[in-house]
Amino acid sequence: MADAAETVADRAAPRAPGAALVPRLPDARWRPAEVVFWLAVVAAYFVFPKHHVIGSQILITGLFALSLDLILGYAGIVSLGHAAFFGMGAYAAGLLAVHGWGEPVSGLAVAALAGAATGYLTSFLVVRGSDLARLMVTLGIGLMLFEAANQLPSITGGADGLSGVAMWKVLGAWSFGMTGSTAYVYSGVVLFALFVVARRLAASPFGLSLRGVRENVKRMPAIGAPVARRLVAVYTISAAMAGVAGGLLAQTTQFVGLDVFGFPRSADLMIMVVLGGAGRLYGGLVGAAVFMIAHHWLSDVNPIYWQFWLGLLLVLVVLFARGGILGAIEALRGRRGMQR
Amino acid sequence: MNERIHPTRRRVLQGLAGAAALNALPLRAQAGEPLKIGLILPMTGPFASTGKQVSAACRLYVQRNGDTVAGRKVDLIVKDDAGVPDTTKRIAQELVVQDKVHVLAGFGLTPLALATAPVATEAKVPMIVMVAATAIIPTRSPFIVRSGFTLPQVTGPVADWAAKNKIRRVYTMVTDYGPGLDAEKAFHARFKAAGGEIVESVRTPLANPDFGPFVQKVKDKAPDALFVFVPSGQGLAVMKQFEERGLRQAGIRMIGTGDVTDDDLLESMGPPAVGVITSFHYSAAHDSPENKAYVDAFGKANGGLRPNFHSVGGYDGMHLIYEAVKKTGGKGSGEELVNAMKGMSWTSPRGPVTIDPTARDVVQTVYLREVKMVGGKPWNVEFDKFDNVKPQEG
Repeated sequence: MADAAETVADRAAPRAPGAALVPRLPDARWRPAEVVFWLAVVAAYFVFPKHHVIGSQILITGLFALSLDLILGYAGIVSLGHAAFFGMGAYAAGLLAVHGWGEPVSGLAVAALAGAATGYLTSFLVVRGSDLARLMVTLGIGLMLFEAANQLPSITGGADGLSGVAMWKVLGAWSFGMTGSTAYVYSGVVLFALFVVARRLAASPFGLSLRGVRENVKRMPAIGAPVARRLVAVYTISAAMAGVAGGLLAQTTQFVGLDVFGFPRSADLMIMVVLGGAGRLYGGLVGAAVFMIAHHWLSDVNPIYWQFWLGLLLVLVVLFARGGILGAIEALRGRRGMQR
Repeated sequence: MNERIHPTRRRVLQGLAGAAALNALPLRAQAGEPLKIGLILPMTGPFASTGKQVSAACRLYVQRNGDTVAGRKVDLIVKDDAGVPDTTKRIAQELVVQDKVHVLAGFGLTPLALATAPVATEAKVPMIVMVAATAIIPTRSPFIVRSGFTLPQVTGPVADWAAKNKIRRVYTMVTDYGPGLDAEKAFHARFKAAGGEIVESVRTPLANPDFGPFVQKVKDKAPDALFVFVPSGQGLAVMKQFEERGLRQAGIRMIGTGDVTDDDLLESMGPPAVGVITSFHYSAAHDSPENKAYVDAFGKANGGLRPNFHSVGGYDGMHLIYEAVKKTGGKGSGEELVNAMKGMSWTSPRGPVTIDPTARDVVQTVYLREVKMVGGKPWNVEFDKFDNVKPQEG
């Protein structure tokens, strides 16, 4: 990304002074590869009619990964506690349904609010630290919420989990059934809608200023950008998205377990974003899909030792594919371009 | 460009989602068709030992009783859920939708069983809970039948024993989740009713507990005995702290449900475990021909591993499935299979077992045992028993 910023500057230099003052925004048009990606999401529905349940969970995890990519890949905030917002969303949507309001879309709105509120309140702790401090603070917040949920069994069901999440039909027409088909389409539509938001955001001046913060925090105030305020804003937006992802999981599985706040969920998420390629929006989606499909397939092949192969895959990707899977694809393309 | 694809995409998806939702699930068994059993267990993660025991026992049952029942080939599909509820539920849905299993079984922890209960109800598939031991589980679906045990069931006898054996003041330490709370409640009620005093009670976390500080606090309070419940797999860590911090020397006895002197770990605990009194439904040292044959065969098939109480839940779960299939002539629907299981009685390696027809839960003998060295190895040696203990008794 540093390269990209430089090329922008280089290109701008020879122009007339007036033109150079107009900031060049990243190209916001949809590229063919993106259209292919989303068509693949639609095609997967028809090609794998028996895999809608895992499909819906991949889409949900993809949304969760997208939310982390916004803060990790764009603003450079490392977090090992993103499950905090996922969990808040899951419990908010779950509790709403348990207490008699099972309408899914408004449930997601509540989940988003729960995530955003938690994100906003904790953002002030996160923006002031350095990377290491942020890792610790986010980790700590995740652990605190986990324990709080564990200690309030009358509300959350404690370690037994929250069951009896009775969902109404989506838009009054489709019920969440055994096959997971409704869950797939519902999660897919929500993911796409929020992706469009994230994409616009990343391509906006706001998104550019985030990259500026990531690349050089000290210079940003010098050009008049309020670093802390930008970080609080993106952290809150990211937390809201994570909340929606949690809400989706609660609604589609109709159960909320304590593990929604669990450290493994945050850690896996970080792995997915790095695996797919951080700072690319699609990186989180691709990482989540590859990670979960590999997990699913390997644990089917061998239910006991599958973690070994998953670990090997991660090590290989990190060693041989800089910038994750998408980074590797870009590098390959770049090389081919030069040969021509 | 998104404006161009978006509306079409949505319309197509809406239509197809509706069509797919209408698909009924053909689950009625056909005679001669393979009998598919989906076994969902934690095969990795902190509760992997449970998955290993149960899957080994289920395979042993198939090995000893043949892989065909009532003319149907038995197809055991083992899946790992790593102990995460949404994974368990997803696997159950996939087993029902893709593999069209006739029976779901396993369930290593209470939340995993509770998350999956609605799947069993909706798919009308029997769900055999082999491990999870919170009392309420079978109430969550009419298709649940339990082959393991419940905590209230196995807790009562040791409370009575303690009260009768000059133990007046007890400190209780249980794991902070469903079964632990059940054990705590049952022990407190029975022990207080028998005139005992609960000095203090503490709950340890389910994931990665460090028992050191908890055990130290127990020592400081100097009770007559410490009552312990921990899930299978954590007993060794408790025993280590109990020994290292010198509670035995301070004159504090350890009592508990048999989870703490789990047969799976008892050999590694060694002499420090000697003298621990527990009440439970199964000991690998249970003296019966059925159990001797079971322990031998289990050890032979698994490199000398000792079967524990979870294994016997798995073994008896398979027995329930086999017998129900036989009773319905190999072509029972889910409901018919569950009905066939109700009221079934047999002699298991653990002793006589009956399935309560209304609670769909297990009625069994509960034994009092003491850890003793026999042939150089520690065993849970039974010295008293209570017949036909109901699942909700506590």
